[in-house]
Amino acid sequence: MKNIYIYIMIMFLVTLMTRYVPLFLFRKKIKNTFFNSFLFYVPYVTLSVMTFPAIVKAPELKIAGLISFIVGIVTSYFKDNLIIVSFSTCLTVFIIEKFLI
Amino acid sequence: MDKNHNKSQFKEGMIDSIPIALGYLTVAFALGIVARNADLTSFQGFLASILCVSSSGEYAGFMLIKEKAPYIEIAIMTLIANARYILMSITISQRFHEKTSFLHKLGVGFFLTDEIFAISFVKNRYINPYYTYGASLISVLCWAFATSAGIIAGNILPSSIVSAFSVALYGMFLAIVIPAAKKDKVILGVVFISYLSSYITDTVPFFNNLSDGMRIIILTIIISSICSIIFPRKVD
Repeated sequence: MKNIYIYIMIMFLVTLMTRYVPLFLFRKKIKNTFFNSFLFYVPYVTLSVMTFPAIVKAPELKIAGLISFIVGIVTSYFKDNLIIVSFSTCLTVFIIEKFLI
Repeated sequence: MDKNHNKSQFKEGMIDSIPIALGYLTVAFALGIVARNADLTSFQGFLASILCVSSSGEYAGFMLIKEKAPYIEIAIMTLIANARYILMSITISQRFHEKTSFLHKLGVGFFLTDEIFAISFVKNRYINPYYTYGASLISVLCWAFATSAGIIAGNILPSSIVSAFSVALYGMFLAIVIPAAKKDKVILGVVFISYLSSYITDTVPFFNNLSDGMRIIILTIIISSICSIIFPRKVD
């Protein structure tokens, strides 16, 4: 039986480690190009992999999820604003499901 | 550092963080809905949020809790989802005044989110811990309470609203990735390849036997490594 509090503690400790270990370990700048490049790319790759196709499956209708994905890309291309982009995707799902369900 | 200066820095931090706090309310509310699907109580959601303060890390964690993944998998997944904090932490370690105490460094490090990092970084030549504390206070509380609210509301709200909110976090991820891809062709390519590989590994038999967590971990390591070899970034 897995315990939710143990899960939360693991999440907490690992998150803290990503914030603390470099803060105290790397006093000097790291020169290794591969290491720096790897850390540079990781966030974009993870966030992208987590977004698609998960966004399609998240709402009740897959077509609403797919269109909200496209709307989110277009909105974030023109408007660099977290709330507006996030809201545009939600609104898209809401409107499409209103008409189709 | 004199006391009055620190006090005004704390106040300025609080004021500057108001737009961030508002954004956190929406995103954390959506995160709460994810947490509810993983059967977390509103207290557990609050606890996770106040301890982790990380949208992508918590989202990944909740997703795996829902799957009842092994503990080791959730540890690796959290590490990957939060890898950008490693970069921020390295960057910020170069920006402390030599007189800044160990305790203050611990304090600033605890609240290192993308947004608080950004405003603390542009504010002063050296990081003023009091500014970061001021900026964190309201926004982190909003973050944690909104997660709880999302869990509670998820049980009350009509399913059409819950369904609409289920894409909010992905919208936020898009808002981080797409503007960067617009400015940098390599990132654009990386993002496209990531979507494509994610879709393929999710659909094609054999790969889709992997849990979501493992799939994301493996893809992240492979794609980031290949890109780092083909398109290395210069260190500035």
